[in-house]
Amino acid sequence: MPKLDRTQKILPLSIREVSIEFLGRCFLRTNTLEIKGGEPTFLLGPNGSGKTLFLKACHGLIEPTQGTISWLGYNAGDAYRYQSMVLQRPVLLRRSTRANIDYALRASGLSKEQRKDRIQKVLKATGLEKIAEKAARNLSGGEQQRLAIARAWATEPEVLFLDEPTASLDPGTSSWVERTLSAIVTNKHKIVMSTHDLGLVKRLGGEVIFLHRGRILERTLSKTFFECPTTPEGRAFIANELSW
Amino acid sequence: MEEIRDAFGGAFLLLIQRDTALLEIVFLSLRVSLTALFFASLIGLPLGSFLGSGRFPGRNILVVLLNSMLGLPPVVVGLTVYLVLSRSGPLGGLDWLFTSHAMIIAQFILVTPFVASITRQTVEDLMEEYEEQLTSLGVGKIGCLFTLLHEGRYRLLTALLAGFGRAISEVGAVMIVGGNIAHLTRVMTTAIAMETSKGDLTMALSLGIILIFLALSLNVAAQLLAKVGRA
Repeated sequence: MPKLDRTQKILPLSIREVSIEFLGRCFLRTNTLEIKGGEPTFLLGPNGSGKTLFLKACHGLIEPTQGTISWLGYNAGDAYRYQSMVLQRPVLLRRSTRANIDYALRASGLSKEQRKDRIQKVLKATGLEKIAEKAARNLSGGEQQRLAIARAWATEPEVLFLDEPTASLDPGTSSWVERTLSAIVTNKHKIVMSTHDLGLVKRLGGEVIFLHRGRILERTLSKTFFECPTTPEGRAFIANELSW
Repeated sequence: MEEIRDAFGGAFLLLIQRDTALLEIVFLSLRVSLTALFFASLIGLPLGSFLGSGRFPGRNILVVLLNSMLGLPPVVVGLTVYLVLSRSGPLGGLDWLFTSHAMIIAQFILVTPFVASITRQTVEDLMEEYEEQLTSLGVGKIGCLFTLLHEGRYRLLTALLAGFGRAISEVGAVMIVGGNIAHLTRVMTTAIAMETSKGDLTMALSLGIILIFLALSLNVAAQLLAKVGRA
């Protein structure tokens, strides 16, 4: 297998007949699909529909029970340097905001000089300069989420996975997340994100993958999904009438 | 009541005057316990980290064994070390019985399970909290373990303090293997036991006050460290 280098693109992401099972029970089963670069991809569906599993499997945190997930021919483990993920409950290290970003950059193999420049750039771009030296664990929930996104973005991934990044956030922070995501998309980074914030999906556009009970029921442009969903579950979800 | 008051008064006088006999006992106690703790940390910290972070067959049995060793009776440990170091024992040739070396070995055996067990629990808890995030950031297994040890450094210091508390307050095992010989193996706990039996409550209380002061200081330090660690 050829060695990956920083200039090489890892998209498209190929997901082939993947299933994820625990204790004999299937929690996610997909057909074959490909996720390409460009516009963001949103995973929609009620709680327990398999969105987080889908993201974690693509990111390489969960090994599929069956099927394959590959990045331009590489498996998830080989491609981790080119993709980042913001977990639903991100864990921040017991150190400053700056040191948290530095840790992620060091893990991705950047030199001290490169890290210094990148940290300044990210702190400025995300508006975290004022709290750069504050202990990350003492930040508010919104600030912690901003730091988690900044930390993931700092490594300049080709693909950024986000698991419900606006959950439990106040409107101000949600708005900040949306602006940041727009900037990320503008900078040609691919976003794959699960969310319950349908307004955000409508505003950012892109495509929607709709999941229900561990199955992909629809995959279409977000505009199309909201205007004329093709499945009864999709219609019920948009009408806020679908539960797990 | 008057006797107790006099004993307290005398004890404070000994402490203020820095009585040579008293200081000798205190320093020997600290030397023995800190040395035992040092060696216990050399074994206990890596062992606990390995058990806390590793997933391998037989791990649960090792964890149960380690936890069971927390309840090791000191006198039994003392007796075993005595038998091993006695002239007819396998290590009799070392001639360590009734020396501070024997006391260090006994305390080491008692303290190591403490350090290893608390380290294991700390690393295991941290793994549960951090593992997914660190894997997501692309940190390897060794890097992950070092990060966890750094993140849990205050909790690990608490483990060391607990181990030191166990060592310094131990009496049964060190009495058996040390023999409570003046100027050689007499430590605070054995001296307290001896002075009490002799009826010299002043000296016993002086040592008791220092021991309590050390225990309290350790607890305060542990609390402060835990508070800092939560930040």
